[in-house]
Amino acid sequence: MKLITVNFLACAVKGCKAAPASYPLHFRDAELELQELEFQPEFILNIIPRIDWEGMRVMAKELGFPNIPDNKPEGDALKDERLLKELHRLLLETQVVEGRLCCGNCGHEYMIKEGIANFLLPSHLGLVIPSIAFLNAC
Amino acid sequence: MEYLIRFAQAHESFRQPEIQALADLAGVEVEFLYYDKTSPFCIVRLPDEAAARAVISRSIIAKDIFELWGQGINFEEVYADVRRRTEDRWAQYKESSFRFVIDSFAGKRSNEQKRQIIQSFSFLGFQGAIRMKNPDQDFWVFEDYGLDMSSPGTPRPHGEEPKVIYFGRWIANSSRDVVNKYDLKKRRYISTTSMDAELTLITANMAHAGPGKLFYDPFVGTGSFLVAMSHFGAETFGSDIDGRSFRGKEMMERGGTMGVLSNFQQYGMVGRFMDVFTSDLTNTPLRSYQFLDGIVCDPPYGVREGLRVLGRREGLKSEEVIIDGKPAHYQPGYVAPKKPYGFEAMLNDILDFAVRSLVTNGRLAMWMPTSNDEIELPVPMHSNLEVLNISVQPFYSWSRRLITYRRLPEGQVSDVSQGRQVTDAEGVYADQLNAFRRKVSPLPFQRYNQN
Repeated sequence: MKLITVNFLACAVKGCKAAPASYPLHFRDAELELQELEFQPEFILNIIPRIDWEGMRVMAKELGFPNIPDNKPEGDALKDERLLKELHRLLLETQVVEGRLCCGNCGHEYMIKEGIANFLLPSHLGLVIPSIAFLNAC
Repeated sequence: MEYLIRFAQAHESFRQPEIQALADLAGVEVEFLYYDKTSPFCIVRLPDEAAARAVISRSIIAKDIFELWGQGINFEEVYADVRRRTEDRWAQYKESSFRFVIDSFAGKRSNEQKRQIIQSFSFLGFQGAIRMKNPDQDFWVFEDYGLDMSSPGTPRPHGEEPKVIYFGRWIANSSRDVVNKYDLKKRRYISTTSMDAELTLITANMAHAGPGKLFYDPFVGTGSFLVAMSHFGAETFGSDIDGRSFRGKEMMERGGTMGVLSNFQQYGMVGRFMDVFTSDLTNTPLRSYQFLDGIVCDPPYGVREGLRVLGRREGLKSEEVIIDGKPAHYQPGYVAPKKPYGFEAMLNDILDFAVRSLVTNGRLAMWMPTSNDEIELPVPMHSNLEVLNISVQPFYSWSRRLITYRRLPEGQVSDVSQGRQVTDAEGVYADQLNAFRRKVSPLPFQRYNQN
């Protein structure tokens, strides 16, 4: 699972959707892998406006990537190819192969196995509001 | 300027919509001056040669495009029309190397007749070398004898003359040959429900898949749509309620490469494959905001298998299940519970999701089945989506339609009064929830299902 995908995801539990803590999801025991991929500046430029920068910073920090600019690059900053390449590396080339994604609101953990995350919910989460007991789990 | 498009004789109702979609994508106006569903020839008005190239270069159903030099119901008319339209341009091509090709639709000419036809155009005064390979200019004579609907395929009686003749200068070829490159027979990972290369590529054209864009398929299966969209340069991702469908046997049994990924490797497009994950559209983990350039899908029809969605049937327990002190859902082999899902409810959920997730002017291209008899199932509509076109692929007892929508800007709404107003009837079994399944399933199948 690539880090860019995680930026588009929040907890799948219905009752969590409105809660700010359901996003970003937090990695637990994440095993990372770097895979070199063809650089696509056009895609990176197109997707930057749709990236939630704060969510990405939180995620990058938790995974130990410290060099993320404080603010979303705009205007002339987007002409800096080195920055675009760094973002390409972080968002598209960095993958989580094993680990869990944890909701900060309900505490439910989504498994990632062999690079594939599973967001199917068990029956007690699919239909009901999560119990208070989960709130302190994350 | 008038241009002649030569279409393949396939998927007729997709031909004009595809050209229209590609003109929209290229940002040029296209006007159809002549179109006949039984003829491969179509005449359009486009601003210039560059526009003609831009429109045709991605087309899958068109074969090529020509600058129209003349047309008529006999050769005398054609010569006169060519003279009238292009006489001032002949000098331009006087010294160019060239060749003439004759293409007869539903008819045939002997080599001697072909030679005579070519000779008859000598009034153009071209003096360049004749080259059968890589000429500077390529001139084509098209003869349309008209499809004989009573016995298509049988040769014309000798001596019959064409109904219409066109003369044109070749401008550009389409992308039709990529259909062969993505042929399912040569693809590493497919299943019985993988959609063929031609239709997935057409779908990608209708949805405007292109470089720099982000596309999603919520029913990804073996990833046929992802491959087609990435062919046109889009970054793609997908999900499926059944993770086995995109993992594939190779990965699950032998720890090999994930099925969908292996297809991207085969075509050298790994850089455009973003992700796949297991999820269900009704409980999607995707955040609710406009971030997708396009959505393409062929939702499950629920005919061979009833539709399922996460959840539990009435009366089943809702408490968390603990096995050996650990929650069951964190243990290996856990299968999330699913309940029957109505076809109408699913289509409405797809439209709602598209409205939430597509950027303004982003496109949804959705396949939907319908039966051939009785009243057609209505087209699902949403006030924030404009229906751009509907194309039909007919089968023996049913058809499937490709419906293309555009996400309207905020504050603009479409007229949905003609569309689907029905919601799911109350029901428990797949048949009760799915009008399409009821229509196409033979009776014994229904009985079996309800027992």
